[in-house]
Amino acid sequence: MDLLLRRTRELELQIDEYLDIVVRGALLFKEGVKYYIKGQADQFEEHVVLIDQMESRADSLRRSIETRLYLETLIPEFRGDVLGLLESSDKVMNRATETLTQFKVESPEILEDLKPMFMDLTDSTTAAVESMVLAIRSYFRELEKVRDHINKVMFYENESDSIGDKIKRLVFSKDIDLSRKIHMRYFVSHIEGIADEAEDVCDRLAIATIKRHL
Amino acid sequence: MIWLFISTGLFLGWSLGANHAVNVFGTAVVSRMVKFKVAATVAGIFVILGAVFSGAGASRTLTELGAVNELAGCFTVALAVALAVTWMTGLELPVSTSQAVVGGIVGWNLFTGSPTDMASLSKIVSTWVVCPLLSAIFAYGLYESATFVIRRSRLHILHLDAYTRIGLLVVGAFASYTLGANNIGNVMGMFVAASPFENLDVFHMFSFSGTQQLFLIGGIAIAIGIFTYSYKVMVTVSDQLFKITPLAGLIVVLAESLVLFLFASEGLEAWLIGHGLPSIPLVPLSSTQVVIGAVIGVGFAKRGRGINYRVLGRIAIGWITAPVAACSISFVALFIVQNVFEQKVVHLVPYKITPDVVRALTKEGIPPGPLAKLSGRPFLGSANFRQALRGQQRWTENQLFLIFSYSELDTIRVDSALVPRVFASAPLSAGQAEAVKKLHRRLFVHRWQVVQSLVDSCDEWKPRSGRGTEILNKELKQRRELLFTAFRIQR
Repeated sequence: MDLLLRRTRELELQIDEYLDIVVRGALLFKEGVKYYIKGQADQFEEHVVLIDQMESRADSLRRSIETRLYLETLIPEFRGDVLGLLESSDKVMNRATETLTQFKVESPEILEDLKPMFMDLTDSTTAAVESMVLAIRSYFRELEKVRDHINKVMFYENESDSIGDKIKRLVFSKDIDLSRKIHMRYFVSHIEGIADEAEDVCDRLAIATIKRHL
Repeated sequence: MIWLFISTGLFLGWSLGANHAVNVFGTAVVSRMVKFKVAATVAGIFVILGAVFSGAGASRTLTELGAVNELAGCFTVALAVALAVTWMTGLELPVSTSQAVVGGIVGWNLFTGSPTDMASLSKIVSTWVVCPLLSAIFAYGLYESATFVIRRSRLHILHLDAYTRIGLLVVGAFASYTLGANNIGNVMGMFVAASPFENLDVFHMFSFSGTQQLFLIGGIAIAIGIFTYSYKVMVTVSDQLFKITPLAGLIVVLAESLVLFLFASEGLEAWLIGHGLPSIPLVPLSSTQVVIGAVIGVGFAKRGRGINYRVLGRIAIGWITAPVAACSISFVALFIVQNVFEQKVVHLVPYKITPDVVRALTKEGIPPGPLAKLSGRPFLGSANFRQALRGQQRWTENQLFLIFSYSELDTIRVDSALVPRVFASAPLSAGQAEAVKKLHRRLFVHRWQVVQSLVDSCDEWKPRSGRGTEILNKELKQRRELLFTAFRIQR
């Protein structure tokens, strides 16, 4: 019995650590974008490296959790849902890492008057990811709170969509090269995409929660 | 030959193990919360323990309903029950072994002309209705409490999973114990009256009664059924009946085991009576129906989601079809075994209405006129006696039961020198022993006369009336039975 509970506790800690990494990844993304916009290249580079490390750590943790869940036939009824949640939240992490790396590789030129809006977009996207992690944590411990967190994710996702639309409209109203317009839109879509991924996780989570209630 | 006769009981045991382990470990095994080998080992061990140590209570009720007193008769009744269960399962009709056994025994009573104890029969039938209801109530309450506690404790899903796993194993063990205790009566209950086993004294440490030896064999048969065939049943049946989460499964099994325990535990019965509470009849139940009741209870706790009300109707149909089918098959099978295979399916009990019997029955409210006409004539076998009585007037089954009880002949010569040995483990009180001594060397032809004489000379032999005296009366009855067995010259 002790062995069973000890193994369970270890796995629980791994899941918690994995979710911590997803949140930290989102915060690193937010900070990284801010440093990029402010032109603080060193700090930005540092954050790109850090988020990359986090992503690798998240991947290995996720694989370890998946393997243990299957090998030890834990939570047989909900194993599929939990794995789905971990994998889809990993996509959020991957998307954030990939976007920050693209900032580094492509060095997009952000117009000065659009910078605050880019910051807002990043903030609401990050908030969506943070609420997504809270929703997942609640799925594990407090089912009743999942709904509240999912609602927040939806809200932030809508926010980022509307900020993204606003930026795109402004960008395309400017008298600049089409290539620059498209480049900026590309980054807006990428940042928005992170919130969209978070929303997809929550759609999955909503169904998984209903299944646990049944 | 004994093993050949017991074989049908063993087959019933095997079938019980194969078909009913699903009620104990179905959800746990199918949801892969507990490995089948672990589940089968735990279930096998605890079923045997339950059957040997707590099986007496529920099976006694079956013996009271009808004491099948020849091994060939037991064989035939058990075979009839097995056939009825198999036949009805083939027709996809709801069937319960417990209910079929009752039908089988009543079939034996009808065939042999033995009176059916209507009090026992009504006690048994009423439990069929009460038990699914009770388990539904238990399951509802347990589910509500469990969800409240889980919500409050904010348990992690993995911890909840670990506790559910442990719970399924512990509750499964308890449920197996109660299944063995409650249902061994179905398997071996009808063999008790004709048990070929002698009481064993193991190293003067504890005694292992003939009935317990019989139940051990039955328990092993159930365990073999669990090991050999229950997995297939679990995989096939679980989806139809138990498409529920492991946690709900745990609640269902807990509710089921509590109900089975209530209707099998002599200890609990003694405790209830000791505290002035109404006692619960010890009766073999249908574990499947109890489980269905519990599943419905959980369904109600989930605000009526997933309840199939047609299942309820099917249970109610089963209350009638299973006993009627088993009763009919039992009657026909006994006829065939007796007349085609020329086997003795009933030990012919002698009856005689003496003036003493008429007086005693008159006190019980039986009209003496028709009895007096038969006074002095010996009758061999219940059927002959019943026919002669019927020739006089129409009797109710209760009246017949009384007349049969009083008129049964026995030959009992009291030998007070045997008392210390017979009652070595639970000695008689001084008054009781003195009363037996007073009857030394006296010869009785009816058992009730011995009882009457003992009561006349010592109040301590007198059954008490009123609430809380059931256990005392049960003990007195057991002591009287011991006296009869020890002092009986011939039957």
